[in-house]
Amino acid sequence: MSLSNITRGLLIAQLKKVLSKESLLQEPETMRPYECDGLSAYRQLPGVVCLPETVEQVQAVMRICYALKVPIVPRGAGTGLSGGALPDSAGVLLVLTKLNHILEIDTQNFCARIEPGVRNLALSDVTRPLGLYYAPDPSSQMACTIGGNVAENSGGVHCLKYGLTVHNVLGLKIITVEGELLEIGGKTLDSSGYDLLALLCGSEGLLGVVVEVTVRLLPCPEYAQVLLAVFDDVAKAGSTVSHIIAAGIIPAGLEMMDKLVIQAVEDFTHAGFPKHAHAILLCEMDGAKTEVIEQISRVQDIMLQSGAFELRVAKDEAERALFWKSRKSAFTALGRLSPDYYCMDGTIPRRSLATVLTRIAALSEAFNLPVANVFHAGDGNLHPLILYDANREGDLKQTERLGSQILELCVSVGGTITGEHGVGIEKLGGMCMQFTSSELTQFLAVKTAFDEQGLLNPGKAIPTLHRCAEFGAMHVHQGQLTFPELERY
Amino acid sequence: MSNDLSHALQAQVKEALANKQTLAIIGGQSKKFLQTPVATSTLELVNHSGVIDYQPSELFITARAGTPLSEIEHLLAEHQQLLASESPHFSRGENLATLGGTIACGYSGSRRPFSGSLRDHVLGVRILNGEGELLTFGGQVMKNVAGFDVSRLMVGARGTLGALLEITLRVMPKPEAEITLRFECSLRHSAQCMVDFMHQSLPLSAMAWLEGAVFIRLQGTERVIQNAKQKVGGELMTNSPHFWQSLGEQTHPFFHAQSPLWRLSMPPSSHLEIPEQALFVDWCGGLRWWHTDKSEDEVKKMAAKQGGYAYLFRDAVPVSGDVPPAHLLALHQRLKKSFDPQCIFNPGVMGDSV
Ligand SMILES: Cc1cc2nc3c(=O)[nH]c(=O)nc-3n(C[C@H](O)[C@H](O)[C@H](O)COP(=O)(O)OP(=O)(O)OC[C@H]3O[C@@H](n4cnc5c(N)ncnc54)[C@H](O)[C@@H]3O)c2cc1C
Repeated sequence: MSLSNITRGLLIAQLKKVLSKESLLQEPETMRPYECDGLSAYRQLPGVVCLPETVEQVQAVMRICYALKVPIVPRGAGTGLSGGALPDSAGVLLVLTKLNHILEIDTQNFCARIEPGVRNLALSDVTRPLGLYYAPDPSSQMACTIGGNVAENSGGVHCLKYGLTVHNVLGLKIITVEGELLEIGGKTLDSSGYDLLALLCGSEGLLGVVVEVTVRLLPCPEYAQVLLAVFDDVAKAGSTVSHIIAAGIIPAGLEMMDKLVIQAVEDFTHAGFPKHAHAILLCEMDGAKTEVIEQISRVQDIMLQSGAFELRVAKDEAERALFWKSRKSAFTALGRLSPDYYCMDGTIPRRSLATVLTRIAALSEAFNLPVANVFHAGDGNLHPLILYDANREGDLKQTERLGSQILELCVSVGGTITGEHGVGIEKLGGMCMQFTSSELTQFLAVKTAFDEQGLLNPGKAIPTLHRCAEFGAMHVHQGQLTFPELERY
Repeated sequence: MSNDLSHALQAQVKEALANKQTLAIIGGQSKKFLQTPVATSTLELVNHSGVIDYQPSELFITARAGTPLSEIEHLLAEHQQLLASESPHFSRGENLATLGGTIACGYSGSRRPFSGSLRDHVLGVRILNGEGELLTFGGQVMKNVAGFDVSRLMVGARGTLGALLEITLRVMPKPEAEITLRFECSLRHSAQCMVDFMHQSLPLSAMAWLEGAVFIRLQGTERVIQNAKQKVGGELMTNSPHFWQSLGEQTHPFFHAQSPLWRLSMPPSSHLEIPEQALFVDWCGGLRWWHTDKSEDEVKKMAAKQGGYAYLFRDAVPVSGDVPPAHLLALHQRLKKSFDPQCIFNPGVMGDSV
């Protein structure tokens, strides 16, 4: 469905009254850059694109849309990997990147008030000279916005110790679908009433438009050190992760890469990763110097006992930074290997890492599609990347089928279909797999409490029961898990 | 004692629905200082108990709502683990507090600024909503963004959104050792003193101000702690665990004062004009406990002026505690309806309007 000419005319006439010329895009050529987010397999031109510069403009746009019953899709930098910011042809794409001011850095209260369009990394760049930083660091942090981070409850390589976005947000200002400004929380460590902050974090733009965020800043640790461990077997690396956690150590970050990734990354950044390795683990410790040194030595012992055949400690700060840069550029590096990739995001209990990685390898072979693994091992948050070619007939279909089997596998070992990338448009089917119809109905009821008419980011994140019925019918093994032989937890 | 009463509890909710009754959800009744629900019938959770799954190396525990909090803490301690939020029992030594009641109240102890709040550690829940449906949200893994975060929404909702049946919590390794150091410091200077400690890369796990001194708790291995102690000096307290427990459980003499006790959640460095002897500051300044006879209006305004909020925590008669702020009331009511359309659960515990 697209906007009727009458509604579109009315809408544009009203939007023109509140937005500057440059903030309102309505021609296909100018709207083209916004037709997809990081999940580029799905594309759609929006009805119009609005790029408000002030909170008042956001509010005005929302009021206009509400009165005309026009859907709104919020968008940050468009790096989302689940199609959450995929435009609605009958709606407004509300791009928040021009709201990009750091409003206040409060060093006494360890927090900052920022607008949603501020880039994740830009914030820490400004606060680091003051001895403070914002902990959640998605690999996309150069580009992604804080508003998008809140909407997706994004994580990063350091969230094992420092938590996800939800653990680092103290306050929010949102504009409701009716155009009302609501203030939730503030500079305090908790807030009055229901925990609306928790509910809004990860709500994928379905409950309100975030126009201001108060984030917690942490003091920069005195010292950080990263350890690189090399393995000749993915499963060994997987169990090493469990052994470290079982020993009572919570590293700041614990990341894993398999052979395909190591090779791609090494060609890209030349960090000196051993290309013959089957898996490497990057394990970072931070804190007081004595503490870090003590923990590094304990982790070294565990890694050797668990079968690492080579260990390397970053020799200086520059090498440490290079190791992390390599990790964070993994997706980009893989992008050079293959015309397209499809990034999965299931989380599993750590104890199942070895089993699941082995199963994924088998699936990859069966589908004849390469799967690269680079992921937040400490959290059990997998990112299998399926390499495919969208121009090859049937490749995308096969890729999606493989992806959905990988997610089923994650759910069947007691995990979840998405750890940090969100459901968006992409994992609606997975939602039907993970939740019962009463649970989905409860989600829909929550949505209704915020947005009765379903105008905010419609068709995303929470599937309707109708949609699940359709999805179920598509599946041959309706209601049956693909791996009945696996133990259920 | 392990006992799964989910289906019996579900039947009770359905019956209440059919008979247009309301239900007071009852746990261990430890928090008697709070207003009890005004309901026609009760839903007793204490016997719905037992640990369902505990995997030390996976850092989670799943238990039924009626499980005593102390049972969980003992089990974790056996495996050198703990609940990092250090939530109070308020059981006066009787082990009354249940897991479900603890989650429903959502209080966090002194570790809050360093290890996160109770809600931060909630990974999943199983609940009965107001239509008598058994629903599961979240799971046993830390990273999970499938669907709205209903699990964390339940924390502090005081049972008004549903009856908690099972809860999965993230658990953390227990530090090898802890010490507490005392530093003479006036209230006026305490905020800056705490900010300075924050920047010294210390293995902190609590920081408070009471009776003219700042107290910091350091945790970690012996060596790390000794190193930190050398760096900052201070006077070593002999009874560290007891000291923090008495503050968390409010058994410390400070809490014996007769005046009503107010809880103020504040930006950590904000200054309030409060007589020193009537104040205890926890959470690096983020939480203030104040004995005062001032009016509700006065205390709330004082807190709000500095960007915080306040509610009466204990008085001669039961108090309602935290209630939704006025500007979010309509949203609270709609959310309440979305979980409990006929408003059968815990009427009156979060003010009259939810
Ligand atoms: C190379 C690469 C690496 C990545 N690595 C990580 C990683 O390590 N961890 C991780 O968690 N994610 C990662 N991502 C995913 C993505 O970057 C995050 O989800 C990010 O938070 C999205 O931010 P954005 O500004 O691009 O949001 P968008 O993609 O523009 O939007 C994402 C969702 O948020 C909504 N939204 C955006 N802004 C607002 C707002 N102000 N108010 C309400 N709703 C809003 C949108 O409607 C949409 O549903 C990666 C992506 C890429 C391409």
